[in-house]
Amino acid sequence: MIEEYRGVWVFIEQSDGEIAGVSKELLGAGSKLAEKLDVPLAGVLLGEGIRELSSQVIGYGADIVYLIDHPVLKHYRTESYMKGVNFLAEKYKPEIFLYGATPNGKDLASAVATDLSTGLTADTTMLDVDIDKRLLEASRPAFGGNIMATILCKKNRPQMATVRPKVMKALSFDESRQGKIIEEEIVLNEEDMRTKVINIVKDVTKKANLADAHVIVCGGKGLGDAEGFKLIHELANTIGASVGGTRDVIEAGWLPHELQIGQTGETVTPKIYFAIGVSGAIQHVVGMKNSELIIAINNDPNAPIFEVATYGIVGDAHEVVPKLIEQVKQLRVEQGGEVSYV
Amino acid sequence: MHIVVCVKQVPDTKIIKINPKTNTLDRRSAPAILNPYDAHAVQEAVKLKQALGQGKISVLSMGPPQATEVIKKSIEIGADEGYLISDRAFAGADTLATSYALSKALEKIAAKHPIDIVICGKHAIDGDTGQVGPGIARRMDIPPITNVIEVTKFDKENRIILVKRKLTNGYEELEVQLPCLLTVEKEINQIAYSPLPNMIRAARYKPNIWSVGDLEAVDKAQLGLKGSPTVVGKMFTPPKLDGGKLLEGAVDEQVKQLIEVLSERKELLNVK
Ligand SMILES: Cc1cc2nc3c(=O)[nH]c(=O)nc-3n(C[C@H](O)[C@H](O)[C@H](O)COP(=O)(O)OP(=O)(O)OC[C@H]3O[C@@H](n4cnc5c(N)ncnc54)[C@H](O)[C@@H]3O)c2cc1C
Repeated sequence: MIEEYRGVWVFIEQSDGEIAGVSKELLGAGSKLAEKLDVPLAGVLLGEGIRELSSQVIGYGADIVYLIDHPVLKHYRTESYMKGVNFLAEKYKPEIFLYGATPNGKDLASAVATDLSTGLTADTTMLDVDIDKRLLEASRPAFGGNIMATILCKKNRPQMATVRPKVMKALSFDESRQGKIIEEEIVLNEEDMRTKVINIVKDVTKKANLADAHVIVCGGKGLGDAEGFKLIHELANTIGASVGGTRDVIEAGWLPHELQIGQTGETVTPKIYFAIGVSGAIQHVVGMKNSELIIAINNDPNAPIFEVATYGIVGDAHEVVPKLIEQVKQLRVEQGGEVSYV
Repeated sequence: MHIVVCVKQVPDTKIIKINPKTNTLDRRSAPAILNPYDAHAVQEAVKLKQALGQGKISVLSMGPPQATEVIKKSIEIGADEGYLISDRAFAGADTLATSYALSKALEKIAAKHPIDIVICGKHAIDGDTGQVGPGIARRMDIPPITNVIEVTKFDKENRIILVKRKLTNGYEELEVQLPCLLTVEKEINQIAYSPLPNMIRAARYKPNIWSVGDLEAVDKAQLGLKGSPTVVGKMFTPPKLDGGKLLEGAVDEQVKQLIEVLSERKELLNVK
């Protein structure tokens, strides 16, 4: 019965001996849920030669690490990882199980939810629990409005969700934290695998740049047309920023789709984010609201983007931005140290 | 070679606009379309069939009777046959119940003609979950390969395909045994113009429509709302963030204030 299920779990994504950022963030978010429910937080760590990573998982907030170390788990594959995760979940019965909303996290969570016949909420951006009912409240932007929907899974366990990268906060790493490591063995034969990873190609092009950029200039439909959008590139060039766009801009063909920011694009958390001619629809805002400093330029004083912005200028982008470029050029930047933009 | 493509009818979110003042959907001009990712899935099936010089493409959809439109659209792109499962019992399904219903229909299609590849779009633009494809694969016990950006090789003799799968930072190349399920990204192909004979065929085409009763060994408890573990708890406007400081004065004055803010962080700016 569902009372048998206890504890909050986080699937730990790793590659090349490194834990993914989103997994650290989920340990941070998961520790809050675990505390409210008064249960331990566990990290689920699968791979080959990854035992040493256990101490990191603990240092980022886990009380328990469930570990399966096996050569067949060298690279992520749905079939092998799913076997390991299903085995652990069936044996130790967590009540909540979180995954990063990354290609591999979503793939794994979808397969596991089907096998465990339980509910899975996709692309969550807010997490909480109803303590009395022990229900996970997984919220995401709803289709059809500037509105969020909270999804519940009342009768099935574990309650599962994938969570967008960069929306939760990781705890700072604590080397002295203590935890328990539970290592399990499962039978996996390479001959039984129907998929083989031949090659992994790392690509550090525009998209990766956008995710890591310290300064982003994002343009919206308010720039008018492709010609008007050049202003965005001009400002970005002037200050050494990366360029992003809203979905409407991508659909208009003013920018390639990997530069879309928002729910169905990239989530970004730069130190400075310019939103120019962007209305601030919820699907856009969930992808940028954790930026440190948000500057909005929009000619509509009621545009929702101003509710998110640290500073707002009500005005025509075609008037404000050229002035901004001109004045910014007069800023003398001491080029002593490193250039810190990407 | 039998390829089955799962397709969904969705409202055109490109045209749907959200009124930022009322926070509601403006449905006035939102036509129903074939989910864009699914169009690429059908196109990929056509490409594979052409490359192999043989094969059959079936499409399968679940939805209200009007969803026959997206099957016709798929025929236009080049599918050979179409099936729609449509029944009140399917209504209100979440991703778990949807993958169950679709897998039951796939079972019936496979009984007549075994399936080698199932192709789905990466996700539907109305729900955005991407969970149904892998769910179907698990129920059929075939490997799911999500986020595919290219099928690079098709080895008919050994029944193996080589695919590229998109990752967070780059991609991986996988060798996959058939049968398998692929979910595809938009960049996998470009939708070709439909040849006239396809358009004529599509206009006249009558998809096979199945109700629950037409499917074999269905556990009704796993269908629709009843079979869906997830429910919407509440809807709420997102909490207000602590922004909202509008600068004041003439434009020049505002720009000047902004420059002051920026100059505090000029180490971040690489002014050219
Ligand atoms: C399922 C789903 C997923 C989505 N995912 C995303 C996503 O990932 N990312 C995303 O961005 N959107 C997404 N959207 C779309 C989103 O709802 C909005 O439609 C979109 O973000 C609006 O883009 P925009 O701000 O560029 O355009 P608009 O909403 O048209 O806003 C233009 C703004 O520019 C202002 N403006 C006009 N002229 C000027 C001028 N001369 N100077 C200054 N300002 C001016 C206007 O006042 C207005 O506020 C999604 C929608 C759905 C339904």
